[in-house]
Amino acid sequence: MRAHCLAALAAALALFATPQAHAETQQAHPHAEKWSFSGPFGTYDRASVQRGFLVYETVCAACHSLRHLSYRNLGEEGGPFAAYRVFNEETGQHETTLGLHGGHEGKLVEIQDNPYVAAIAAAVMIPDIDRDTGEATERAGRPSDRFRSPYPNPIAARAANGGALPPDLSVITLARHDGANYVHSLLTGYSDPPAGVDVVQGKYYNRYFAGGWIAMPPPLASADMVTYSDGTAATPEQMARDVTHFLAWASDPKMEMRKSLGLQSMAFLLVLTFLVYLAYKQVWRGTKH
Amino acid sequence: MAGPSTYQPASGFTRWLDTRLPILRLAHDSFVAYPTPRNLNYWWTFGAVLSMCLVVQIVTGIVLAMHYAPSIHDAFASVQRIRRDVPWGWLIQPIHAVGASMFFLAVYIHMFRGLYYGSYKAPREVLWILGCVIYLLMVATAFLGYSLPWGQMSFWAATVITNLLGAVPVVGTAIRDWLMGGFAIDNPTLNRFFSLHYLLPFLIVGVVVLHVWALHEAGQNNPAGVDPKEKGDTVPFTPHATMKDLFITVVFLLLFGLFVFYMPDALGHPDNYIPADPLVTPTHIVPEWYLLPFYAILRAIDFNVGPIDSKLGGVILMFGAIAVLFVLPWLDTSRVRSMRYRPIAQQFFLIFVVVCIALGWCGAQQPAAPVIPHPAFKADLRWVEGGTSATRTVTATSERDAVAGFEAAAQEMRQAGAQLVLVNRTSPTQATLTGVSGGTEQRATVQGRDLDALEAEIGKRKASLGAASVPFVEVDRKEPFVFTVTRFSQILTAYYFLFFLGILPLLGLRETASRVPDTIAKSIRGGAH
Repeated sequence: MRAHCLAALAAALALFATPQAHAETQQAHPHAEKWSFSGPFGTYDRASVQRGFLVYETVCAACHSLRHLSYRNLGEEGGPFAAYRVFNEETGQHETTLGLHGGHEGKLVEIQDNPYVAAIAAAVMIPDIDRDTGEATERAGRPSDRFRSPYPNPIAARAANGGALPPDLSVITLARHDGANYVHSLLTGYSDPPAGVDVVQGKYYNRYFAGGWIAMPPPLASADMVTYSDGTAATPEQMARDVTHFLAWASDPKMEMRKSLGLQSMAFLLVLTFLVYLAYKQVWRGTKH
Repeated sequence: MAGPSTYQPASGFTRWLDTRLPILRLAHDSFVAYPTPRNLNYWWTFGAVLSMCLVVQIVTGIVLAMHYAPSIHDAFASVQRIRRDVPWGWLIQPIHAVGASMFFLAVYIHMFRGLYYGSYKAPREVLWILGCVIYLLMVATAFLGYSLPWGQMSFWAATVITNLLGAVPVVGTAIRDWLMGGFAIDNPTLNRFFSLHYLLPFLIVGVVVLHVWALHEAGQNNPAGVDPKEKGDTVPFTPHATMKDLFITVVFLLLFGLFVFYMPDALGHPDNYIPADPLVTPTHIVPEWYLLPFYAILRAIDFNVGPIDSKLGGVILMFGAIAVLFVLPWLDTSRVRSMRYRPIAQQFFLIFVVVCIALGWCGAQQPAAPVIPHPAFKADLRWVEGGTSATRTVTATSERDAVAGFEAAAQEMRQAGAQLVLVNRTSPTQATLTGVSGGTEQRATVQGRDLDALEAEIGKRKASLGAASVPFVEVDRKEPFVFTVTRFSQILTAYYFLFFLGILPLLGLRETASRVPDTIAKSIRGGAH
């Protein structure tokens, strides 16, 4: 067997030798979607991230944690619930708005004053220790809390999901190849298995999942599992798009900041390259080399 | 080579300092007045790029170490915290991660430059060896650093490499257990990896100082490979080399920035964003791109040679691939330094570069994957439909003539009218023979694009026949020759070593070099100054 050369690395090697891809369960490449955040100038679609957060909270959060994020992250610069103090020229008043619209100038509302984030956090009950008795208790969430995990530990998570562990979604779009397309394809990729494929009990066929059989039931099977406040129709496709958008933001919340600093840095470096080139040529002028 | 110092203290203070600690004199002689061959091309600017990379890695690394938590429970989360909450952490962490790749990109260009222009030849052997030491330290540092985020690739790369060290005879297991701090990759491993990852870069700085010292003693090589003979052959380091180095460094920063700002994860593996899990092995364990050629050499050895098993053989060759660089100055017998004047060596060098890149490609593939398309895997099936089957148990006298005995019994059954006989060996000396007769013999050929697909096809065909009317099917598998990644790696590995151990020693004795110019000035188009 080919794998002999590393035979002692038993664990690593078992996989080289094990047939991975059977013709009938070959993993499909994620379907390439258009995302507003791709490309060197791409940014997140704030409304879509907000809608996606609602889908996560209503649907995904029942099984999937988001443990590297805190509620306060939602209201930070670039987050879906970043609030700004904006001067309203019609009323002559300063008012708090969600995000900045139409080129308005505004000052970011400090996280402790952000009413949206406070409301989101307060709606969640967080496990804690009672300060007087030391007993386990629950209290309303605060913006500084981490996103509440649905299960107290991985064993409980497996027990509740037929042995499968729902992965944490904090960096899910970075943790999969072609992450955003993968998540979107997976969410919309459930179907009946092709003819001749043996059904795996307790699992669902999804051609975008490695091996073809996933333990997660179709999470966005019907329309209107959430009600969007902006009037967008909550079709399964729309919800999948939105939640993918939200998870892309959650995986890489500083992406917009990075790209905008990148533009400035690259522009600066290009000018510097030109100037240094001139200086270099000037120094070497008259020296044959 | 540097000649007498030309430093002139300009002020009272510098005169005072010069007689107490001539550090400004050292700096002046090393980086200002230092004579630089004036025919250096852009390939000579990567020393400066590498210095920049080293400083960037150390500075960003020190900041990251302030926020990183070397514990298996916190490491992954602390990296996330750096990227999300630490001020500018979202920039510093990708700079450090991408910086490792940039460092290796620059060092490979630097090393290939040295190879092509014979920068390892006298009087620069020690300079070259110090460079090899730096490279070895870089590999170790990068490997240790890759394990710190404690993602899946971190964990499994650490597992694979530490296990490899266990293959070394006598001391291997001791070294492995000492590195791991136990019998598996765990918290003690992560702690010592972090400690060593912080230590090694400063050792690199120390060796870099020696490297630069040796460089200034022997003087820089140059594309012509001839020593500077007169003052007109050189220019002062500052501003000539400084400005040229600065120019290339800024261009290099553009590439660096392109990755940091726009593709920070393009050079990494998605699996490293999955927290380490000792119970789940990734389907495909790969190192970072810059170590892939060595990984390919390691995996190329899939056979045992005498007492050396395939694993140890792979380890020997992998380390040998770096070790051979250390003795290169004494392997290359040519008296001509620069390959610019060695037309045949040039060709072999070009092949060598392609081989190294191809090895990198192999390192990223599954070992059994075919490199070029191959014919389908086929199997001939024979079975008898609607016959009656008879079973017979045969016991052989000894294990040695068991096979012959079973075959003779099967032959007997065939002569007695069995159309097809199945030999099922139940113990070393016993077999159950099933013969079918009185039915109609059927044949079929199935095929699949690989062995797995073929087996699936055979299984399907067997299932469709039904066990009731067909007791068994005789399968004759015909595997085509598949040119796998492992085979390809073996050829490439052979060339890698042949280049150093065969081509360079022999070619230097046989080849006729083209005319080497007497002076640097003559090597420059346009002749004299």
